Amino acid sequence: MNFRAWIADLAGGAIAFFARAVTAVQPVWTGIDPAQVRQRVYFANHASHGDFVLIWAALPPALRRSARPVAGADYWDRGDLRRFIGRDVFNALLIARNAEGRSADPVEQMDDVLDDGSSLILFPEGTRNLTEEVLLPFKSGLFHLARTCPEIEMVPVWIENLNRVLPKGAVVPVPLMCKVVFGAPMHLEEDEEKDEFLTRTRNALLALNPKAETRG
Amino acid sequence: MNNNTMSDLLTVISGIVGVLLVASLIGWLLQRRLSPDGRNEAIENLNARIKAWWVMAIALALAFLGGRTGVVILFALCSFAALREFMTLTNATRADHRTLAAVFFIVLPVQYYLIWIEWYGMFSIFIPVWVFLLLPIVSALSGDTRNFLIRIAEMQWALMICVFCVSHVPALLTLNIPGYEGRGVLLIAFLVIVVQLSDVLQYVWGKLIGRRKIAPSLSPSKTVEGFIGGALSATLIGAALWWMTPFSPFHAALMSLIITLMGFLGGLVMSAIKRDRGVKDWGHSIAGHGGFIDRLDSVVFAAPIFFHLTRYYWGA
Repeated sequence: MNFRAWIADLAGGAIAFFARAVTAVQPVWTGIDPAQVRQRVYFANHASHGDFVLIWAALPPALRRSARPVAGADYWDRGDLRRFIGRDVFNALLIARNAEGRSADPVEQMDDVLDDGSSLILFPEGTRNLTEEVLLPFKSGLFHLARTCPEIEMVPVWIENLNRVLPKGAVVPVPLMCKVVFGAPMHLEEDEEKDEFLTRTRNALLALNPKAETRG
Repeated sequence: MNNNTMSDLLTVISGIVGVLLVASLIGWLLQRRLSPDGRNEAIENLNARIKAWWVMAIALALAFLGGRTGVVILFALCSFAALREFMTLTNATRADHRTLAAVFFIVLPVQYYLIWIEWYGMFSIFIPVWVFLLLPIVSALSGDTRNFLIRIAEMQWALMICVFCVSHVPALLTLNIPGYEGRGVLLIAFLVIVVQLSDVLQYVWGKLIGRRKIAPSLSPSKTVEGFIGGALSATLIGAALWWMTPFSPFHAALMSLIITLMGFLGGLVMSAIKRDRGVKDWGHSIAGHGGFIDRLDSVVFAAPIFFHLTRYYWGA
């Protein structure tokens, strides 16, 4: 292991420890067995910069090592520290979010990573949800992935409370308990249209929100 | 810490280790006989609880051996974890972010610092006077008035329970009791042992002979028989531990009874809050027990009363 990788490993451990100290994050396994190491696409709601850190901290080490978050290059490629954290610590797959001036197609990039045997952490809303809406409509990337890689499990992951820990514009996180709920794996069904699939996956993700149940 | 205190402290620690060894042995035997495949939930929960007790006892013993600094740090961490659980269940909104940050990163450390420097005149009014007045100002300046009274009241109550009350456990070290110099850690050990034993004994008596429910709408598992049996046996054990305290055996019994009553009633109050918020436990950090507040709730209500009674009648 070279020095840079060693530092990245150490930084990753420190970030995960910090995330646990602030949120006492509790993984809830309602649909998958965490002991089973499988290749998956985890798709989650996105309201805070800390989202993939939390999923990452909630995953057991065996799953964590192979899970690569998909993140916007426009944010993570700016500045040396961000680049180090994005590329080296989290091994993120950086994609260009704007269609103009992009050299590679994001779906192809994700496809390549899946071909290498890694898992992906994906935020299908496309951007951070800063609205009052619980969940924004999904972008089509998830559907294209499900079509090109039909054998890979698509696992909905609901992140609870993190938007209160680190709301928009806040720099200092406030310690509150968070949950990360992993739902049952999904696949593209035969003859399923794009909109149907995106609605179905979005509803599956919404159904994991613990607050939805209590309010009835 | 002088030699006398040290040897008494070691006696107490060996006593706790002895009790836990017996509990672990019973838990192991029960598991072998009744739950060999790990399917009996009650037994698995019991063993998870006993394991967590070991961790708590070791943490407490280390803090005692670390003296005032150790005890202050341990209870500051407990306050932090408890506050985190409490704030999660409140209506605090984005507008309260600054207030919350101030609560966690300024109010909490300052309160424990004031205890560490033994400034009684300040640590006993810092939260109920200064913070209670300044905090709503910060939230009001954010301009969001929706649920304002609820949000403010929840934050103040959270601070009262999780920081102010919990901090009265290490505050026992600041008491100046003639003839009891340097033995403050034993007073803390006395409080914690009586409160926690009372909880455990109420549970045991309730399981053995409990019939009539004492507060069915608050806590379905608490019974009259469990409460009386637990309170009486904890009072007797407290009286037998009088040598740790500045009290006579009679006064030690009286103090134990008050601690037990406050602990029991405090548990009911905290249950009412949990019911209101529709949760079973405050958190998940302590396996078998739930959250930190689930373990601290009776200490929270007993500590300030115990502190002030001791200060008033025995303090110099």
